Amino acid sequence: MSLYQFTAHELHDKLKAREITAVELTESVFERIEEVEPQVKGYLTLTKEIALQQANAADIGFQNGDEMSPLAGIPIAIKDVICTKDVRTTCASKILNNFVPPYDATVMTKLHQQGVVMIGKTNMDEFAMGSSTENSAYQITHNPWDLDTIPGGSSGGSAAVVAADTAICSLGSDTGGSIRQPAALCGVVGMKPTYGRISRYGLIAFASSLDQIGPFTKDVTDCAIVLNALCGKDEMDSTSVNVPVPDFTQSLINDIQGLKIGVPEEYFTEGLDTEVADKVQEAISKLESLGASIINISLPHTEYAIATYYIIAPAEASANLARFDGVRYGYRTEDPVDLIGMYKKTRSKGFGEEVKRRIMLGTFALSTGYQDAYYKKAQKVRTLIKSDFDAAFEQVDVIATPTSPTPAFKIGERTADPLQMYLCDVMTTPASQAGLPGISVPCGFVENGLPVGLQLLAAPFAEESILRVAYTYQQNTEYHLQKPVISNSDDK
Amino acid sequence: MATITTEGVSHVANLARLEFNDEETKDFTEQLARILDYIGKLNELETDDVPPTSHIHPLHNITKPDVVKTSLPRDAVLANAPEAEEGFFGVPRVIDVD
Repeated sequence: MSLYQFTAHELHDKLKAREITAVELTESVFERIEEVEPQVKGYLTLTKEIALQQANAADIGFQNGDEMSPLAGIPIAIKDVICTKDVRTTCASKILNNFVPPYDATVMTKLHQQGVVMIGKTNMDEFAMGSSTENSAYQITHNPWDLDTIPGGSSGGSAAVVAADTAICSLGSDTGGSIRQPAALCGVVGMKPTYGRISRYGLIAFASSLDQIGPFTKDVTDCAIVLNALCGKDEMDSTSVNVPVPDFTQSLINDIQGLKIGVPEEYFTEGLDTEVADKVQEAISKLESLGASIINISLPHTEYAIATYYIIAPAEASANLARFDGVRYGYRTEDPVDLIGMYKKTRSKGFGEEVKRRIMLGTFALSTGYQDAYYKKAQKVRTLIKSDFDAAFEQVDVIATPTSPTPAFKIGERTADPLQMYLCDVMTTPASQAGLPGISVPCGFVENGLPVGLQLLAAPFAEESILRVAYTYQQNTEYHLQKPVISNSDDK
Repeated sequence: MATITTEGVSHVANLARLEFNDEETKDFTEQLARILDYIGKLNELETDDVPPTSHIHPLHNITKPDVVKTSLPRDAVLANAPEAEEGFFGVPRVIDVD
């Protein structure tokens, strides 16, 4: 086995035992990048020089016998929506083509304190708006399991690089499913913690009442380790919540005896691929055989969640993206005639089509005469969606559903119809609107070899229940150990 | 709920500081109409007595002590500006000089 194939916790043991060095590990990952990145195209920027410096620093710590964190020397990739000091951060948009942040996001400061090795910045849908990573202004990322299919989105690059072993783990962001859905489609673990668990200082904002940062990893143990590094109240983000952060590795218990798992009927209706439904049902049966009680529940407002999401998220985006006007950073149109004309030309040329569509939708929903009918209405229905979950968690500890209604689809298959693309998010947006923590773990493969994800949700701040169920599942299954064979054809 | 016209799209584009040619305006009008039609399903629900959720945690008016702290150096802040002069961001002239 090559070093790039291991998990972070396995590599930590090797680093600590001085069997390997962080520099060797980093070089192994960059060799893997040379081998498969031309096909996968998961990265927008590679930071090899920084990575080798950081690896070297970690090695000195290990050599000196210092107390080293579980992520010291571990190669990690960062979604290009997270500000990295002195490293270009584009949000996969032309409007930020030349943006070099003068500061680090809080999550980056925390990761650097752990001594991680930053491999590079990953591709995404522009400003995190999309479900396939096809909205990137720079490149299409290919799903390592089938290079003709999409990796999911918006954090498609971060999911693909973990699946392709071109990073040991990565960070993404999830507004309506942008971590969980690509994790499912790429066959890796992806977790969105509770809204407010992780500081968003330095995360370029999309929809502020929904955005949350989270990890992609190869297994649930690594997920707990990265969460430990990221969570906690931050003075720089007033929406981060001051609740105690447990040691999430304490939840890695191979026992779910007596836990109650709810299965909502509304997630198993028309539109759900039958093979996906079968795999998820098998996973639920597996959890039952491991000692959990399975309880049928109802989340009656699920069918309204796409409609509310596609008002609330674009409305907030239209306000957040007002800052991109060609004055302080990023692209500016050539030879502007006047100030208003400069704003308009800069924004119209700098933003891609989907971003403009969402700004338009959001501006409309907030405009005079329509705000009550659209934005306020959506906020009220959001309350109903949240109440459904509140009632469900009176009965059950964890909810199990498919993560995505289908496996990865072909590149280009859904780009012509924005509404069809929005419906990809049907399984993930409800939990986002209720602020719940959620994970996607691999739970099998459909006949053509594409991975399927099981989504597990819990009440706010109950990440420990999710990790315990997901860990038990992985201790008793082997889907997460499967690796894609990435073909070497040059025509992708 | 209302439907959207090309005039409506042009009005919203101006509010959003975007501009489109005729073909783009037509495309956006059709796409937005279809999306808004789908969103119209929210009207199936009676919500008069339902409070809106803007945020899932009960947080209100978080304040910090009013203490002066070191901010980013001016040069670092201006480094990304398309145009900067004498420590300021540069923009096209906004005040007419006779």
